[in-house]
Amino acid sequence: MSIFVDQNTKVIVQGLTGGQGKYHGLRNKAYGTQVVGGVTPGKGGTDVEGIPVFNTVAEAVAETGATASFIAVPPKAASAAILEAAAAGIAFIVCITEGIPAQDEARAYNTLIRDFPATRLLGPNCPGIISPGKCNIGITAGEIAALPSAAGPNVGIVSRSGTLTYQALYELKQRGIGVSTCVGIGGDPVPGTNFIDCLKEFQADPETHAIIMIGEIGGSAEEEAAEYIKANITKPMSAYIAGVTAPAGKKMGHAGAIVSGGKGTAQGKMDALAAAGVKVGLNPTEAGDLMAEIVASL
Amino acid sequence: MDLFEYQGKQYFARYDIPVSAGGAADTVDEAVTQADKAGYPVVVKAQVQVGGRGKAGGIKLANNADEAREHAGNILGMDIKGHLVKRVWVENASDIAEEYYASFTLDRSAKKHMLMLSKEGGVEIETVAETNPDAILIRHIDPVDGITLEWAIQAAKDNDFPEGSVAGVAEILVKLYRCYTEGDCDLAEINPLILKPTGEIHALDAKVSLDNNAAFRHPEWDEYRATEELDEREQLAREKDLQYIGLDGSVGIIANGAGLAMSTLDVVNQVGGTAANFLDIGGGANADVMAAALEVINYDQNVKSIFVNIFGGITRGEEVAKGIVEALNRVQLKAPIVIRLDGTNAEEGRQILASAGIPESVLQSKPTMLEAARAAVAIANGAGN
Repeated sequence: MSIFVDQNTKVIVQGLTGGQGKYHGLRNKAYGTQVVGGVTPGKGGTDVEGIPVFNTVAEAVAETGATASFIAVPPKAASAAILEAAAAGIAFIVCITEGIPAQDEARAYNTLIRDFPATRLLGPNCPGIISPGKCNIGITAGEIAALPSAAGPNVGIVSRSGTLTYQALYELKQRGIGVSTCVGIGGDPVPGTNFIDCLKEFQADPETHAIIMIGEIGGSAEEEAAEYIKANITKPMSAYIAGVTAPAGKKMGHAGAIVSGGKGTAQGKMDALAAAGVKVGLNPTEAGDLMAEIVASL
Repeated sequence: MDLFEYQGKQYFARYDIPVSAGGAADTVDEAVTQADKAGYPVVVKAQVQVGGRGKAGGIKLANNADEAREHAGNILGMDIKGHLVKRVWVENASDIAEEYYASFTLDRSAKKHMLMLSKEGGVEIETVAETNPDAILIRHIDPVDGITLEWAIQAAKDNDFPEGSVAGVAEILVKLYRCYTEGDCDLAEINPLILKPTGEIHALDAKVSLDNNAAFRHPEWDEYRATEELDEREQLAREKDLQYIGLDGSVGIIANGAGLAMSTLDVVNQVGGTAANFLDIGGGANADVMAAALEVINYDQNVKSIFVNIFGGITRGEEVAKGIVEALNRVQLKAPIVIRLDGTNAEEGRQILASAGIPESVLQSKPTMLEAARAAVAIANGAGN
């Protein structure tokens, strides 16, 4: 098992003919993901290394039976691309685009939950999702993810940051711990999928035995997750929060990573998670060590 | 990007929000000219992006040109909490009957826009939130629906605004919401929003923070960008298109990815050091990016060691290594590098660095983030080298 995606997930790439879409789309395909088509308006009928390109998502869905979309288009076009995919019946959208205006993002998110409640959006500004050995949508380098073992225990990863997601995958691989699914929810202020959505799925997934959560400063998603964990998550967890030393009032690279008015600090988030029974590491390696201890005890 | 008050007022004026007649001035003479134009009495206000200007003597009332000259002379060049006053805003003084508060921002938890409205303006809203939270009305707005005048009237009524000011406040709320959404603000705040004895409602201050991601559709923001308060290092980094934030420490930081860069700052701090900056070189760092990053770090006089922390996901270790070797040929570094290279093709990268013949005093490689941080901090604190 895995969450959100599996070996049967059929993926189209919106922006397959662009630089990023082509590079990562082909890498995802090479990993074994069923990349069945691409969408670029005006380029329908062509192909990218054998992957057919369509003018619209609706055409691509009709021809290929795709259920997921990987959006790699520029910020100006991203929210329209998200809504086009949802309108065409795509159930799972991964949007890696960084730099979407917050107003557009908020409007797209609220349109989705109102008009297309069955569609899940992952991102924007996220690295994507990988279920090792089954499906990789996004920009994660597949080779750094350890395959889950049939006997377990396997770990699920959920993270706001891209590179720290890779770091977590790497820490687990170094220790020989398998990964069920790794989800990068992204660093923007209005992510389509949040920690709680992923925790809920991991809790229900029989292949996931423990969970690593990686957060960062800004907003209150980690505190809300901590409340949820306390009430609903019985699987053991470790966590790491980036940005303990980040100065207030500055956006630390990610649009959503900002401490404002004394809110959204790393310390507050670490305290909330610790109070919910999560083992909190002071750096990614320590979170990996804590997870190794957890796994050894399972 | 945070705007100065005068820029915020100019931005408000684009959306028909009433502000006082006035002008910005960089010199005492200009200030007097603006005062003459605005009509006495005027208020001379220091333009700095920090609270507490009034208490620091940065806001003064002038009844005539001599007073305007005197106040502008005192305020220009003043240091307010570490911010040098380079410009004043001079505006016609308003008579005030009541001071209110209004703002729009994004509530990240609710994932909707949020109005905050209060009859207790003129003080920090955080203070009101602590001392008298019931005085603040909070209303969420679905970005798809937006707001109407009727909605705004109801909001003002629900917060018990006096009957005479409901219509005026509501009208401003509609305009402020338009400014916030169409104007791509992260925050649009009026504090105080005043009721004049004549019954008019008017924005006496302006706090506007713009969403940099929307800059592509706002050519009018270029002039704000020109006055943004950046230190020289940040200016240089901007010219080189790098995600850089200047800090006060002695360990220069270069990392790929915002999360890893933040994490690098944390680890340096944990092992007893202080970071000189935040710098995210993003994915796929090549020699040009690495050279640019090293140049910016090198410019910082406080930097005693440089910690390059790379985790190869898309970024490949051998490319980073080649980039560093090339960059070292271009940039004469004042501080040694400690590098931690991990992830995709890290081994190849380490070999490239090892065989490049770079002396240990210039570059040393460490296998983990923690060891690299310790080495960089030891150098910066004078224990190593």
